Amino acid sequence: METLFFLIVAAIAVISSLLVITNKNPINSALSLIMTFFCLATLYVLLEAPFMAAIQVIVYAGAIMVLIVFVIMLLNIRSESGGRTTHARFMGIATGLLLLVLTVSLLARSSLSTAGGNINSALIAKVGHTELIGKSLFTDFLLPFEITSILLLAAIVGAVVLSKKKL
Amino acid sequence: MDSIHGYLTLGAILFAIGTIGVLTRRNAIIIFMCVELMLNAVNLTFIAFSKLHGNLDGQIFVFFVMTVAAAEAAVGLALMIAFFKNRESIDVEDMNLMKW
Repeated sequence: METLFFLIVAAIAVISSLLVITNKNPINSALSLIMTFFCLATLYVLLEAPFMAAIQVIVYAGAIMVLIVFVIMLLNIRSESGGRTTHARFMGIATGLLLLVLTVSLLARSSLSTAGGNINSALIAKVGHTELIGKSLFTDFLLPFEITSILLLAAIVGAVVLSKKKL
Repeated sequence: MDSIHGYLTLGAILFAIGTIGVLTRRNAIIIFMCVELMLNAVNLTFIAFSKLHGNLDGQIFVFFVMTVAAAEAAVGLALMIAFFKNRESIDVEDMNLMKW
């Protein structure tokens, strides 16, 4: 049952991501990308990471995609007249397919071994996923967390500077 | 699913689709969306491995990837607006000011 559900969601994710790269109209691409993000959030729930599913929907499908759709509408971009030259298109598709063959063949001949950690579904159900993430974030990963705040500050300043008419 | 092979394969497929999109499209915003797609493929792989190893470190990494993607979206879209003001286009083949 769970396998069937995974296959359906994975098929929807692949189809909508193909639509992202084939649609001529940027708005249609953006909506397909939102569909892909929702499929990935569903898969995160299957992988017992409900907090990640929540922030996937809120941050990606909510904040980032709203920003992208807003910019597409603001710029009033017409659909592309044509793709790149056939040479570049052929090489791009060939590169992507080679990458896919490489990763899938590496996956097929690999054996996954578990390094026994202590986070299992019983613990997640008992303590709560959000609490586990929060504890890990504010103890083991406190320095990266603080550095992230500096990165966000730099991004705010950068966005304001770039969109100002005159400094 | 017991094994996480399906998730890893799906991540590989989405990453390859994102790569093809980055290399074949000309619209800068669509290229940007394909980069987001690649980041999400990597996030899926991180969370699958986090489940396999019974360890939350992978999910913390996904948290940081999302933060960086949000910062990147803000700066990248501001850059595109600034470029569009100058050139009336966001086609990447028009971005040739620094070409020698």
